[in-house]
Amino acid sequence: LAHGAGGRAMRDLIDGIFLAAFGNAGIAALEDQARLPLADFGGGGLAFTTDSFVIDPVFFPGGDIGRLAVCGTVNDLVVGGARPVALSCSVILEEGLPLADLRRIAASMAAAAAEAGCRIVTGDTKVVPRGAADRIFVNTAGIGSIPQGRELAATRIRPGDALIVNSTLGLHGAAVMAARGDLGLATALESDCRPLGALVEALLDAAPGTHAIRDATRGGVATVLNEFADAAGVCCRIDEDRLPLTEAVRGLSEILGLDPLYLANEGLFVAAVPEPEAEAALAVLRPLPGGAAACRIGTVTGAPAGRVVMTSFFGGERLVDMLEGDQLPRIC
Amino acid sequence: MTPLAGERITVRGLVQGVGFRPFVFRIAAACGVRGSVRNTGAGVEIDAFGTGPELALFRRRLSDGPPPLARIDRIEAAPLDARAPDGFRIEPSGGGALHAAATPDAALCDACRAELLDPDDRRHGYAFLNCTHCGPRFSILRALPYDRANTTMAAFAMCAACRAEYDDVADRRFHAQPTACPDCGPALWAERPGDPRRLDGDPVALAARVLLDGGVVALRGLGGFHLACDATDAVAVAALRRRKRRPAKPFALIVRDLSMARRIARVSDAEAAALAAPAAPIVLLDRRPGCALPEGLAPGLNRLGVMLPYSPLHALLLRAADRPLVMTSGNPGGDPQVTGNAAARARLADLADLFVMHDRDIANRVDDSLVQVAGGAVRPLRRARGLAPRPLPLPEGFGPDHPQAIAFGGDLKNAFAVAKAGTAVLSQHVGDLASLATETDLGRTLALFEALYDLGPALIVADAHPGYRSRALAGEAARARRLPLVEVAHHHAHAAACMAEHGVPIDAPPVLALVQDGIGMGPDGALWGCELLRCDYRHAERVAHLRPAPLPGGDLAAREPWRNLLARLGQAGGPETWPPRLRRLLAGHPVEVLRAATARGINAPECTSAGRLFDAVSAAAGICAARQDYEGEAAMRLQAAAEGWLAGQAAAPYRIALSAGAPRPDQIDPAPLWPQIAADLDAGRTAAEIAARFHAGWARVWADAAARAAATTGCRTVFLTGGVFQNRLLAAMLAEYLQAAGLTVHQHAEVPANDGGLALGQIAIALARHRTQRTGG
Ligand SMILES: [Fe+3]
Ligand SMILES: [Mg+2]
Ligand SMILES: [Zn+2]
Ligand SMILES: [Zn+2]
Repeated sequence: LAHGAGGRAMRDLIDGIFLAAFGNAGIAALEDQARLPLADFGGGGLAFTTDSFVIDPVFFPGGDIGRLAVCGTVNDLVVGGARPVALSCSVILEEGLPLADLRRIAASMAAAAAEAGCRIVTGDTKVVPRGAADRIFVNTAGIGSIPQGRELAATRIRPGDALIVNSTLGLHGAAVMAARGDLGLATALESDCRPLGALVEALLDAAPGTHAIRDATRGGVATVLNEFADAAGVCCRIDEDRLPLTEAVRGLSEILGLDPLYLANEGLFVAAVPEPEAEAALAVLRPLPGGAAACRIGTVTGAPAGRVVMTSFFGGERLVDMLEGDQLPRIC
Repeated sequence: MTPLAGERITVRGLVQGVGFRPFVFRIAAACGVRGSVRNTGAGVEIDAFGTGPELALFRRRLSDGPPPLARIDRIEAAPLDARAPDGFRIEPSGGGALHAAATPDAALCDACRAELLDPDDRRHGYAFLNCTHCGPRFSILRALPYDRANTTMAAFAMCAACRAEYDDVADRRFHAQPTACPDCGPALWAERPGDPRRLDGDPVALAARVLLDGGVVALRGLGGFHLACDATDAVAVAALRRRKRRPAKPFALIVRDLSMARRIARVSDAEAAALAAPAAPIVLLDRRPGCALPEGLAPGLNRLGVMLPYSPLHALLLRAADRPLVMTSGNPGGDPQVTGNAAARARLADLADLFVMHDRDIANRVDDSLVQVAGGAVRPLRRARGLAPRPLPLPEGFGPDHPQAIAFGGDLKNAFAVAKAGTAVLSQHVGDLASLATETDLGRTLALFEALYDLGPALIVADAHPGYRSRALAGEAARARRLPLVEVAHHHAHAAACMAEHGVPIDAPPVLALVQDGIGMGPDGALWGCELLRCDYRHAERVAHLRPAPLPGGDLAAREPWRNLLARLGQAGGPETWPPRLRRLLAGHPVEVLRAATARGINAPECTSAGRLFDAVSAAAGICAARQDYEGEAAMRLQAAAEGWLAGQAAAPYRIALSAGAPRPDQIDPAPLWPQIAADLDAGRTAAEIAARFHAGWARVWADAAARAAATTGCRTVFLTGGVFQNRLLAAMLAEYLQAAGLTVHQHAEVPANDGGLALGQIAIALARHRTQRTGG
C-alpha cells in the first residue's frame, strides 16, 4: 500500500476492498453521503455514536481491529436499547500495510456487521506516511433506532436492582495482552469480541423494567460499576466469589498481577435489572451465544453513595475504585 | 506579715483528664499557696499567691512530681497583679471546644488492681473500675471537654457512693469521668454465638472454661473486640488460625504479669518498663529458648508480641485462666476489629465459641499498640491504644501562627495528622484503606478530631501517589472546602517525620536521611523505595539510591518474594546466566511468561524498593519464597534467621556494589549478591548464615554510601526511617557503622518508622513550604 495514491488508485482501493466487502444499495451509489429511508428507523428515537479503534496487535485471537470496530460501535448502540441500522467506516492506513491484511479486516467488518444486523453505508480512507500511524486506525460511527418506550439510563438505577453480566470477565483484555506480550502461554485465550444486540433484545423482552445496560470495554466491569454508582448516586455492591472468570483469565491475572475487574471486554455488558425480573433475565440469556456464563454479580444499595464495594472471599469489604490511568503498585 | 506575690502559671502538655487540677490543689495546700486552677485552651492555668519561697517551692513541686498520666511540655510564669483570695479553689471546666489534648487510654493502675482483687472492696471483681490515674479515655471520648457527658459513660448515672468520690478533691477518683461501680456502671455478660441471651454465671469464669477447653472467646475490650485462645494449646492456636484464615501472621499474647512474661521470653529492664507503662502496648520480646509455647504463635520468628492485662477485665480473665492467652484483633478478613456488640454477633459468630460483652460503648476503635525496644529506646511500630492521640510539639520555627493543616497519611498503615498552634496530633492507627470499614473509620475519626481541636484547616496534605485512596479522600476534602491540596513525595515525608520527631528546626540546614521502604511515589514520578536523601523540610535531593528493578506483577511482587528474585536475576541476563541453584529455585514458577511480560512493560514498573530486595534475598536463601501470608513476612523471617546466627558467631558481610555517580546520585547495585548466595548454598551454608551475611553487607554498603555523602555534603547527621527500619538488626548495624564514621544517627522513638508516621512528615513539609511561599524566602 502506497501513500499519496489519490484518484484512480484510491478509487481502486475503495472499490476493490471496501465496496466488495460492504456492498449494499446505500454505499454502492458512492454519493458523498449515505441516504437512509426514515422507515428504517421505525418511528422511535435515534441513537448515534462514534468510536475510534487503535489496537496492537491488529489481529488477535478471537478477532481483529475490523471486528472490534464494528462490535464496539454496535454495542454502544445496543446497550442504549437501540437496534443498529447503519455504520460508517473511516480508516487511516499506514503506508506499507499489506493489502491482504486490509482485505481481511474489511471482510471481518462486513461479517460482524451482518452478525449485528446492520449495514456499513458510508466511509472514508486516508493513507499516511510510514510512522504517522501504526498500520491501521479505524473510526466507526453508528446510527440506530430506539423502539418506543425504551429508556435505559444509568441515572434510573435504583437500590435493590440486581447487577447482571452476560459473560465471564476480562477475555478481551487478557487475550490482547497475551498476544501483545508474546507471552508464550499454552492457554487458549480468545477475545470475546461480539455484537451484543441479540442478548440485549432478549434481556429487554424478559426484563422490560431494566434500568440501565452498559458494555464494559476499556476499564472493565469496575469502571462501568463506578459510572453506575456515580450517575445514580447509589452503591454498587458485588461479591468477589460471584465474579465469573475462565480459568485462563484467572491464571493470566494471577501471573501478571492483573485485576480482571479492570480488564477490557468486547462482548460483555453489565445490566441493572429490578430484582423481580432478575431471574427471568438470566434464564433468557444463558441459552444464547455469549450468554452461557450470565450471572448476577451483585446488588445496588443506597449507601455509600457513589461507591463500588466488593465483599471479598473472607467477608471483608473493599472499595473498587475507578483507575487513575495505569494501575501503579501501592504496597509500601 | 510578708507581702504576697502573685503569679499566673500556664502549664502546657498533657495536663487535662489526668488528675492535674487535684494535683495542683494538693501541692498548693502543702506549700501554703492560695489561688485557683482551671483548664483552658492552652492547658492548665494557675493563679498562685504566696511568699517568694512558697511560690518557688510550689513551682518546683509542679514540675517535679506530676501525676502518672500527665506530661508537662512547658511551664510559663508571669507576674499577676491581683488580690489573693482565701484558700485554693479548683474552677470547673467551661464548655466549648478546648484545644488541649484528648488523652490516651491508660492501663489499670496498681491502686485499682488492689481494689479489684480485694474481696472486701465494693468494686471487688468489677471489670470496669478505674480512677483518675487509669482507665478508658480516648476510646470512650465523643467530644471535648473531657467530661462524662461527652463520653460513652454518659449512659450511666453515678450512684451516691461514686458521686461522693468524684466530688472529693482528696479522693483518687476526684473528677474521674468514667468512674463506676457494680451498682451504677456497665455490666459484663457472656453469650453464645447465635443466641443473644445472657448466660447465667460469672462471665469471666465461663470464658476461662471455654479457653481451657481449647475454644475461642470473642472479648469486647477497651478499643474493640479481641479473639482469645489458650496460647499454650497448639491445637487451639491452629484452630484460631483456621477460623481467622490467617496461616502465619504472628498472634499477640497477653500474660498475667511480668513473671509469666519472663517464663516465655527474655525481658530487659527497658522492656519490663515498656510492658508496665500506662500505655501497656504489645512489646516484641525475644522468645526464651526452649519455651514450650507452640511454634504456631509466630511461625519462623524469634520473637513474641506480649502485653500485660491493661483493663480490669483482662486482669480478671488472666487470673482465672492463669496462662498466656492469644489476644488477637477480632476481625474478619482485612477489616478493622469490630467494636459494637451487634457487629460482633453478625461477624464473629463463626470465629468464636463464646462472646464476652459489655454495654459501655466504644466511641473510637483503638487497636493495641505495638512497640519494640531497640538501640536503648522504645520504638513504636503501631501507635494506637495508650499512645494516641498524644500531641507532638512541632519543632522550633513551626509555631504558633502557622495555618492549620490536615495530612491524610498513607494507604496501608493509615494514620492521619492535624496541626494547630505549633502542635501536631497524629491519629491512632487507622489501618488499611483498601477496606471500606477502615475508610469509614478515617472519616469518622477525622470529624472527631476537627471537633475536638476546633480545627479550621487552611491546608490539606496528601501523598503524591495518584492511586492512593488517601490522596483521593484528601482531594475530596480539599475540593469540598476549596482548599489547596499539597502533595508530598512519600520518602521525603518519611524523612521529615523523623526530623520533626527529633526537633529539627524549620530552617535548619539540610541533613541526610536514609529511607528504606517498600514502594512510594518519588518527586520525579518514579517509584522509589531505598534512597539516601539530603533534605530539609522543603526539598529533598537523592544522593544515593538502590539500583531499580522491575516489580513483575505490580503489587503481587509484594506478596510473592520469588518475583523479586526473578527481577533481580533477570537484570543480569537470561536464566542460562543464573547460578544453577537459584535457577532451580525458580523452576516451578512461570519465569518465561513473566520475563516476556517484563520485557514488554506489562505490569512490571521499575522501583528502588528496599523491601522487595529483602524479599528477593529471603527467597534466594530459601526462607520465604512462594507467598507471604502477611506484609513483611519474608523480611521478618530473614531478620529472625540472621539474629539466630549472630547470637552465636559473626558473619562476613556480602559484597554489594557501590558505584559513584558523577556527581550524584551514587548507586548501590545488589547484583554481586546472587552468585555469593548461590556459592554459600552450594557450600552447604545455612539460610541463617546467608541472612546474617546479607544484613552485614547491606548495612556496610549503606554506611559507606552515607559516609561518602557526609564527606561531600558536609551533613553529619543521618536519620534512619522507612518501614525497613522496623528491622532492629539492620538499624543497630547501621547505627554502629555510622557512629564509627563519626556521624550522628537518629531513629524513630515517637512515631512509627513505617507509614504510620508518614502524616507527621507530610504536615511538617506542607507547613514549611507554605511559610516559604508566604515569606518568599
Ligand atoms: Fe512508606
Ligand atoms: Mg465506545
Ligand atoms: Zn486506677
Ligand atoms: Zn457507683
